Amino acid sequence: MSDSAALKKTPLNATHRELGAKMVDFGGWDMPVNYGSQIEEHHAVRSGCGLFDVSHMLPLDIKGANVRAFLRRLVANNVDKLQISGKALYSCMLNEAGGVIDDLIIYFMDETWFRLVVNAGTAEKDLAWMEKMNADWGMGLTLTPRRDLAMIAIQGPNATQALNEALPGVDQITANLKPFNAAAMGEMFIARTGYTGEDGFEVMVLAKSAPFFWKALMEAGGKPIGLGARDTLRLEAGMNLYGQDMDETTSPLESGLAWTVDLKTERDFVGRAALEKSEVTKQLAGLILLDKGVLRGHQKVHTKNGDGEITSGTFSPTMQQSIALARIPLGIAPGEEVEVEIRDKKLKAKVVKYPFVRNGKVLI
Amino acid sequence: MNIPADLKYTPSHEWVRVEADGTLTVGITHHAQDLLGDMVFIENPAAGRTLAKGEECAVVESVKAASDVYAPVAGEVIAANGDVEASPESVNKDAYRAWMFKMKPANAGDVAALLDAAAYQKLVESEAH
Repeated sequence: MSDSAALKKTPLNATHRELGAKMVDFGGWDMPVNYGSQIEEHHAVRSGCGLFDVSHMLPLDIKGANVRAFLRRLVANNVDKLQISGKALYSCMLNEAGGVIDDLIIYFMDETWFRLVVNAGTAEKDLAWMEKMNADWGMGLTLTPRRDLAMIAIQGPNATQALNEALPGVDQITANLKPFNAAAMGEMFIARTGYTGEDGFEVMVLAKSAPFFWKALMEAGGKPIGLGARDTLRLEAGMNLYGQDMDETTSPLESGLAWTVDLKTERDFVGRAALEKSEVTKQLAGLILLDKGVLRGHQKVHTKNGDGEITSGTFSPTMQQSIALARIPLGIAPGEEVEVEIRDKKLKAKVVKYPFVRNGKVLI
Repeated sequence: MNIPADLKYTPSHEWVRVEADGTLTVGITHHAQDLLGDMVFIENPAAGRTLAKGEECAVVESVKAASDVYAPVAGEVIAANGDVEASPESVNKDAYRAWMFKMKPANAGDVAALLDAAAYQKLVESEAH
């Protein structure tokens, strides 16, 4: 057990402890891994409404006249897709070699203000990189980390109902908010985004308001969900996890993220030249274990075209079998069988097209 | 903490019940299942397998992680519990009812070296700090 005193705490830390959460050191943050049963929490999100404290992730405001020009060069997806205030874009931020520094969400507020949300474990590295680019390119922007904000994800088929009940007046916004769009309500920022494959919201609130808001959401039927279920939910939803499914040494084109890399326009961005020179030989594929056992990260995968490796694996509570994302050679199609080395055995797995689960339904 | 006084324990969180006929029934402790979380897969050693003391002989996997189970003493496996393999969650419900395998110790005296409940409790408390 680690000493929690040295760890960073979110504004909801005391709330988690009151709820009896099992707390763990998650990349230097004292975070709830579960509040009892990870599997029950998983099902609660698929069938009802779950609440996640995602305040360890960092909202970052970038302001200045050149902010759009800056982001055009900084990230692999094209921020010119963002023309309406509140619209969100998922993108990778690459290094010159085309490796992934981080994956992030970019919200367009106005022409002098974009809001980014970056991963907790990469926040400091990201900020340093962005400040360096800001200076190197003479952009003159102001980057403001918003640690004064807490972030709560409300996810599941009953998410809208719970949010409407917990926050009077928000129904005016939730009724019209489309997926991957956000709107401000006073000091709050409400985005229809998430990491579970369900409908839902990610809401930023002032840190001091977070415990009260969390309790109101619980009274409205929201169940607290730990990081354990967050991982099984995102994996079922076929969503990448930074540090596992991609990192600075992997190309987004070999990480199932080609759809987020804009190579169609002439726009030059960091990493583009390297990506265009690179030869793509691998793909990120879904796996379902046919034999008994559990797929885990770093297990070796044998295919007819050579070896690959599992990047994320788990037991899927919705499907009641083990699933994984794996980086394997190109030319292996859905439906084909591969072998996974688990301890001293070679077990059979089937390649499938992911996501595995969306909106409560198994897609495989 | 749930540590029955009538059982023996290992530092690697197995519990051992010494039966009247001298055979041993082995499982993982309540504390171990609590650390691992929801169980989803269990693999027991086959009956007839000879085990050295401390040998990796079974696997328990939760949604979170895989963990090895070690032979508490040297001996031979005489039975494996297919019920816990079919319902891994039974270990979360009652770790001391959900036994994993039974073995015949090579030397009956080896059992004396296992931890008693008080010693195991101390060990768990020391690991918590």
